[in-house]
Amino acid sequence: MIKSKNRTGLVFFPAFDWAIDPTHPEREERLLYTQDQVFEEGILDIEGITEFKPDLVTATDIQRTHFCVPDVWSVTTESHFISAGGAKTIGMAVMDKKIERGFALVRPPGHHAMRVVHGCRGFCNINIEAIMIEYLRKAYGIRRVAIVDTDCHHGDGTQDLYWHDPDTLFISIHQDGRTLYPGSGFINELGGPNAFGTTINIPLPPYTSEEGFLYSIEKVVLPILADFKPELVINSAGQDNHYSDPITNMNFSAQGYARLTDMLKADIAVLEGGYSIEGALPYVNAGIILAMAGIDYSHIHEPDYDPVRMRQARSITQQIKEIGDKVLSYWQEREAIKEKLRPAGPFTERNRRIFYDTDGITETQREKIRICSDCGGALRIDSETDSGARILAVHIPMHACRACQETGYRWFGEARTTDFGKIYLQDRPKDEYLVK
Amino acid sequence: MIIGLDVGGTHTDVVLLDQENLVNQIKVRTDESDLFQSVLEGLSRITEGVDPKRIERVVLSTTLTTNAIVQGAMPNVGMIVSSGPGIDPKFFRTNEHYYPVAGSIDHRGRRIEPLDPDEIKAVGKNLAGAGVRYVGVVGKFSSRNPSHELEIRKLLRDQFEHIFLGHRISGNLNFPRRIATTFLNAAVYPVHKEFFTAVKRSLDRHGMKVPIHILKADGGTMSLDYSIDFPGQTILSGPAASVMGACAFAPEDRDVIVLDIGGTTTDMAVLMGGVPLIDPFGIELSGYKTLIRSLNTRSIGLGGDSVVRVIQGQLTIGPDRLGPAMGYGGSAPTPTDALIALDIVTDAEKARSVAGLEPLALTLGISIAETAERIFNLACDRILSESAKMVAQINAKPVYTIHELHEGYQVDPKTIMVLGGPAPYFAKRLAQNSSYEVRTVPRWKVANAIGAALARATCEVTLFADTERGILTAPEEKFKKNVGRDFSRDEAVEKAFELLKEKALVKGEANAQDLEMELLEDLQFNMVRGFDTTGKNIRIKAQVKPGLIHGYGAVAKKLSEEAER
Repeated sequence: MIKSKNRTGLVFFPAFDWAIDPTHPEREERLLYTQDQVFEEGILDIEGITEFKPDLVTATDIQRTHFCVPDVWSVTTESHFISAGGAKTIGMAVMDKKIERGFALVRPPGHHAMRVVHGCRGFCNINIEAIMIEYLRKAYGIRRVAIVDTDCHHGDGTQDLYWHDPDTLFISIHQDGRTLYPGSGFINELGGPNAFGTTINIPLPPYTSEEGFLYSIEKVVLPILADFKPELVINSAGQDNHYSDPITNMNFSAQGYARLTDMLKADIAVLEGGYSIEGALPYVNAGIILAMAGIDYSHIHEPDYDPVRMRQARSITQQIKEIGDKVLSYWQEREAIKEKLRPAGPFTERNRRIFYDTDGITETQREKIRICSDCGGALRIDSETDSGARILAVHIPMHACRACQETGYRWFGEARTTDFGKIYLQDRPKDEYLVK
Repeated sequence: MIIGLDVGGTHTDVVLLDQENLVNQIKVRTDESDLFQSVLEGLSRITEGVDPKRIERVVLSTTLTTNAIVQGAMPNVGMIVSSGPGIDPKFFRTNEHYYPVAGSIDHRGRRIEPLDPDEIKAVGKNLAGAGVRYVGVVGKFSSRNPSHELEIRKLLRDQFEHIFLGHRISGNLNFPRRIATTFLNAAVYPVHKEFFTAVKRSLDRHGMKVPIHILKADGGTMSLDYSIDFPGQTILSGPAASVMGACAFAPEDRDVIVLDIGGTTTDMAVLMGGVPLIDPFGIELSGYKTLIRSLNTRSIGLGGDSVVRVIQGQLTIGPDRLGPAMGYGGSAPTPTDALIALDIVTDAEKARSVAGLEPLALTLGISIAETAERIFNLACDRILSESAKMVAQINAKPVYTIHELHEGYQVDPKTIMVLGGPAPYFAKRLAQNSSYEVRTVPRWKVANAIGAALARATCEVTLFADTERGILTAPEEKFKKNVGRDFSRDEAVEKAFELLKEKALVKGEANAQDLEMELLEDLQFNMVRGFDTTGKNIRIKAQVKPGLIHGYGAVAKKLSEEAER
């Protein structure tokens, strides 16, 4: 009889009645063949694997993480509430010790959604992992969390949300941004002044195969995780590094994903992208679930899998090694670099332009953060879109020091509704969300 | 007139009904070592003095196949399993002669890797050499494309008495369950065939040349002829008989919990608006998870004869039974003894029951009457909490669309219907200890046999269309057709109902008036490759709802009125 080594939970929500539009990659059909494979393999019957029905997140859960403009309802659909809810369900089941590990096989995805949300970018509206994490922090009092994003696209939304948070280690391993959407995620993106070093990017060259991915996990990701000692490890489990994916250029396989899962031993995995809905997803998902559960996955492979054809060029292996060495050296020297780069003033600013490819919106942000050695720092975002919607968003982080809390309230108090369409305050210590 | 017969572990219950009356009801003791004798005795006693020509229908529910599986009394069978990539098929081994072979079909029913005929022939030789006569053949995704299973049968058919094919057993996707179910069908085939051939012969001799129907676990019937090829469908029909018995008397305007309180177990089920819920997967028995359609029932080891103990100062009941209650000559105290000690049950030896409860009372340091009270309450409270758990489980069932999640009907029963030996006593106490309205099922001692008698033929059809590949197929029904790109969901639904009707009439020998059909699954996906819609993927599943045959409503009504008087 087949039995799982680790009590493993699954939320399977394929949203068979939701699509961005009928021929969009993010459409009803996406998880259809995955469902067929999971059902036919009898995975849900395996002793020790439990399927949960997703809870819905609340607007409060979303506002704990995002500033939705003008409000939550305008930028989400029911499917987003369920998808984030599925992640939350798994997170709670892990924290309640109902399961040791869990996988939220849900759609739509979320890792391109940033702190301020004007619409949909990279098929994402709200960041489902972040909403789960912030809920778990509030409900269970956990602090140190690591997110390993193995989607082929840089997890720029998650990076934005945790850019200033020293308690969250965000590692994104993805196809080089010079060759793929969203065009970011370079080695030198290492986090804001208060959280330098806890953002890590490992951009891999196109046509990286199993060897390169697993090398990066073993030699770079695992040692950094061991150093950071998170209470919880989350895997943003995108599946578009697959050799058959239609919108990326990598050579990863179902076996590779299963081994990656086995090595990473994440507490929670959340599905992100992956659009080879027939050739990859059924096998990759089966492999990930078995690996999480600690069941032999050696017979899982794609019908057309040929490891010889997928072998990576020697030059790629060399490049990956160099990238890994550099990432590790930044990690080891992060405190020193942080000191060196520390801005002089009490505040620092950055200006950014953010493009919402799915909805065709361009946003301009002026971000101001209080330099603080005691907490993540009070954050002020002045955001305006090309259609003229201007808002002010003030974020006071979870473990904010007194000075940062006061700064946040001062910013919120001083802002005038004549200048901004909406003014928001996200007070994490009090778990409050104010709008004026 | 109709005969309903339900073989239980202790008694075989038999009823004779006509359109207006319960003409007769009897109980005979079940002889586990000779079920045939028990069935014959039941049938001959119920028909004493009745003109055999007046019998129109016989429905039987037996424990024959269930016992064979539970006791492991099964002949050597051979299993040939073609898996392809996925979980290693060695994990699904069912028996000694189990052979994984080459060959692979994918989720859309495309052939990925061919079979190796030489390998199959070699396996056939091994099996034949080992004296195997019954063989099960199962392929992964064979419910999408059965060609490999058919090919294997073709290669081996001359060497074996019967070859069972996985795709004929269910249209559902679940390879391990398909393997287990095919194995069980092959394994109980000889005992089932021999038994029912003998029953038929015997009825013929008594001048009853009537259609014989066999009750299935889903609360429906099938014809005897059909059952020979699908004997696995008869597993665990007992609990279904009881649920169908309650169905006959259940209100249709609300949800109801059905409790069958027996000697060893209490079986639970839920009726939604008078219709029992089907288990979404299939029966589990003796470690075998199957694709055998069944009613959603839950069984707990707590019945009238369960052993009562005090463990670490706490009263416990069951899950074992050591024989009848002490008041009826048994050796260990039971909830029934508590009822006897409380003078609720009066036809037993009270002194023996009291003596049985005494050591428990001493350990607990309370009076015998209070001990009996506590036992009775504990039994009721556990039954109540377990039924609440069952309802919660039904409501927690995952759904896969936003629509379902939103519209998700939550079962919320406020009524309990009780049947089984001690039904009326328990009904009263269950009502006192909860906020449920509790009713006793009329003729609670034989309601299970009434349920069997009145159950209608049920069946299910799964239809799959992939218009990109131009196919429409229901392998379970041996149906396959080429269709064009413009084939629609409406046409698929029409075809599914057509196949279902045919199946019910032919294989179930159903009455056309009883074809209450409904869709269980109705999904349609646009298949997009690149930026073009290249086809549609349509999945339709339809069933004949479990329910009662037409024309016997008057009997149920009469019995209900009688019970209220």
